[in-house]
Amino acid sequence: MAAYWSNLAMVTSVVVYLLALSAFAAEWAAARRLEPERALPAGVLVGSDGAVMGVEGPEGDVPSGAADDVTGPQRGASERVASGGGSAEGASSEAGSSDARDLKARLQVDLFGRMGLALIIIAWALHLTGVVCRGIAAQRFPWGNMYEFVTAALLFVVTIYLVLACRGMRWLGLPVSLLVVIGQGLAVTVLYVAVAPLVPALHSVWFVIHIVAAAVAGAAFNVGGLLSILYLMKIRAVRREKVRGYLAKLPSPQRLDELAYKFHAFAFPLWTFAIAAGSVWAEYAWGRFWGWDPKETWSLVTWVVYAGYLHARATAGWRGKRAAIVAIVGLVCFWFNFVGINLLTSGLHSYAGI
Amino acid sequence: MPTDKHLIDPFDQPEAEAAGEASAGASGESGREDGSSASGQEGGRDASGAGPAPGDDASGASGRQVHGDASGAVSPGKAPTRRTTAATRPGGTLRASETLRWLWTQLTSMRTALVLLFALALGAIPGSLLPQRPTSPVRVREFLTNNPQLGGFYDAIGLFDVYASPWFAAIYLLLFVSLVGCIIPRIGVYLRGLRAQPPRTPRNLGRLPAHLDFAGAATPVLLDQAETLLRKRRFRVRRLPDSVSAERGYVRELGNLVFHVSLVFLLCGVAWGALFGYKGTVALVEGQSFSNTLTQFDDFTSGGAFRASQLVPFTVKLDSFEAKFETGPVQRGAARVFKANTTTTMDGVSRQQTLEVNQPLVVGDSTVHLVGHGYAVDVTVKGADGKVAFEGPVILLPQDGNFLSVGVVKAPYARPDRLAFEALFLPTAVDSANGGTSVFPDALNPLLLLNAWHGAPKEATGVPENVYSLDTTGLTQYTKDGKPLRFTLAPGEVFDLPGGGSITFHDWKRWVSLQVGSTPGLWLVFGSVLVAVAGLCLSLFVRPRRVWVKVSGDRVEVAGLDRTEGRGGLDDELVLISDGLGLAPAPAAGAGSVASEPDAAEPPAGTTGGGTADDEGKS
Repeated sequence: MAAYWSNLAMVTSVVVYLLALSAFAAEWAAARRLEPERALPAGVLVGSDGAVMGVEGPEGDVPSGAADDVTGPQRGASERVASGGGSAEGASSEAGSSDARDLKARLQVDLFGRMGLALIIIAWALHLTGVVCRGIAAQRFPWGNMYEFVTAALLFVVTIYLVLACRGMRWLGLPVSLLVVIGQGLAVTVLYVAVAPLVPALHSVWFVIHIVAAAVAGAAFNVGGLLSILYLMKIRAVRREKVRGYLAKLPSPQRLDELAYKFHAFAFPLWTFAIAAGSVWAEYAWGRFWGWDPKETWSLVTWVVYAGYLHARATAGWRGKRAAIVAIVGLVCFWFNFVGINLLTSGLHSYAGI
Repeated sequence: MPTDKHLIDPFDQPEAEAAGEASAGASGESGREDGSSASGQEGGRDASGAGPAPGDDASGASGRQVHGDASGAVSPGKAPTRRTTAATRPGGTLRASETLRWLWTQLTSMRTALVLLFALALGAIPGSLLPQRPTSPVRVREFLTNNPQLGGFYDAIGLFDVYASPWFAAIYLLLFVSLVGCIIPRIGVYLRGLRAQPPRTPRNLGRLPAHLDFAGAATPVLLDQAETLLRKRRFRVRRLPDSVSAERGYVRELGNLVFHVSLVFLLCGVAWGALFGYKGTVALVEGQSFSNTLTQFDDFTSGGAFRASQLVPFTVKLDSFEAKFETGPVQRGAARVFKANTTTTMDGVSRQQTLEVNQPLVVGDSTVHLVGHGYAVDVTVKGADGKVAFEGPVILLPQDGNFLSVGVVKAPYARPDRLAFEALFLPTAVDSANGGTSVFPDALNPLLLLNAWHGAPKEATGVPENVYSLDTTGLTQYTKDGKPLRFTLAPGEVFDLPGGGSITFHDWKRWVSLQVGSTPGLWLVFGSVLVAVAGLCLSLFVRPRRVWVKVSGDRVEVAGLDRTEGRGGLDDELVLISDGLGLAPAPAAGAGSVASEPDAAEPPAGTTGGGTADDEGKS
């Protein structure tokens, strides 16, 4: 019974995630209509043309970080109305009417964003129900095969996103919902396996420790990787001076880079711990703590690449773009370790069950 | 080579005004160049460390630079001497010592470390994609047969045993040398800086990223209060005539060093285990026992420093082995329970213990793991003379997930002809008339399929023979109607051979494969990993911060600076500090000068901002 509800909730969550993705996509599609320079965060303006800042109205005055705040459009707009006579004193009446149009557009954009967030919260609740019911149905923690691991790890991703959205990072909704739709979609279609007990090799307390650490670290790596991708897109746009639409809503490249770093810095020790916990488990289960099993090798490769990322950020000539590329390579290694190694090679970690 | 200006930690400039300038530069750069703030503020990882403060100035700063990121190779402190020597000799020549020194700085530079890290990652990959000799020798042989040319090439460069190959060892050993070369000087710097004072107060606090200004708020005891308050907030405090300078987060560099040193210990632990450890496997049929001596192992590997006398004498008897498989519709046939009931005897004391996959036996310094299982058949072979020529269980090797197992029953002492049988065991047999197959791993319908060979007795040569395969030289297969004779036995059945003699299939039994081994450095391995993770957390989550309180006339300034990026909460902390000092909440000019970014978002990991006093504790 629990298995039935789990499957139902899981499939429904995919549909609702898809709706959330559409809403976020609509948000950013609508944002394209906004006048680009209005949406340009201050940090960018300083780089390209410092003079613009002085007359740019409230948004221009707020330090670059405020652009993070993507509940911003509305707040920025209302501030604009409130302080219209203040900083933008010289604005003519026709500028005022264009402001009103702009305000309307901004509210519309914001509406889509709110819809997306509401939908993703509903989808998250369904997703959570699905994972919990799966655990109840299986009478164990629900991460014993690829399907369960994907759903659990993506639940962590969405949870992280919801926490971030509460802190003004709703703009991450588009990439996160895209990732989750793809991941969950593949999980319920391709990776699905029915509920079953575990093989004896997984009967261990490390089953909880090792896999939770890997799932949470993986979730944080994914969020960090998305941020690094956004960072690369943003600096490219900034360099070409074509910061429009969605990219304009993102914080400054520097802030994106910092956020990406925070996630990687959080995930890296956890990933280290996951590998260490795995090796302790391997010592118990297989009598050796490290055996160059493909899964072990690729988690080390992933670890080393992310270690490279952390070092790159402290090395001249590697900061910024190159470091972000290293982070994305790390994420690719992580995915390959999960998908490629599980499905292509034969090793001891063959728990896909498909 | 790109300019290294980023590497000079602006906060370690010798002079106060220099610090003021440089830090203002580091903070005000926002859009100038991506990542340049990182350069200044992420100093903890390379160029700076929480090393000595400007108090001990030039030597510290330059020294740090050398072993920090030495991509600049020449530090400002050393540059002049280098230039003079270059001037007295033709360009492009270095003395041997200088060359060595140059090589050493190159090797220990962050850039080299980075390259070596990527080389390690790349080097590890082929081993996961190609079959490796230690784990799957059979597949290596197959690969070599199928691709003789490519395989030969791969073999020549060690791609079939990557992790023991010289080039792979070269990568990680160089990496560790680089690491040691980087870490040792930094440990020195760290130790010298242990008791260092926070830096002198910059002249122009207004240029720092976070700054509060209170006009007319000065009281005579304000600096004393500030000192107490900052100490309470776990800052290291330096009292100067007209200001208080405070810093915290020294643990960051400690964590960083601990992490890297732990990696060295980890490598030592692994090496120790590899040198003194041993590992052997043995297959035991239910009812059989095993003594921990070299001769009893089917397969044995040990480190270079291992001596056979190290083997602790004990015996393990396999009383019974229980295996259960999924019978439901989902994952039918998947293993569910493996449980070996054993009796372990050591020093005359016997203990009954259960051995499971995740529950090894610990005997002395050795561990016994359950690593495999299969079926054995209990048979009796009689020769044509009617005498029992062979009796006992024969281990068969599983070939697939449903435990279709093959093996050989040999009766070399059967007379007049010696006898041998190729055996195929089907635990749950179907379609046995056409060769048969097994459809379930448990023994629900066990059948033994045999064909038989006979031949003149062989001379006892003492040459070891593979017990799992049959060398048919000198043997003739029994036939029936021109076809090889095949017959099927259920447990308890007997088959009489055409030429006399018989084989009885009494019953099947299970056997287990046990791995007996000892890895002496294990505690060091896991201990250093644990310490490494702890150090890693410190180095990533502790964010050094500097705070100044300065009195000039009746004006009070409170300013702060984060030495790492993305810290957050600096403004809040400054407000808390100034509130704690009883400074008026609405400062005259400085309100807008709180320029560091609002703490818009924090990952769940690190400090959650807010600038509370327990920041460091949480980290």
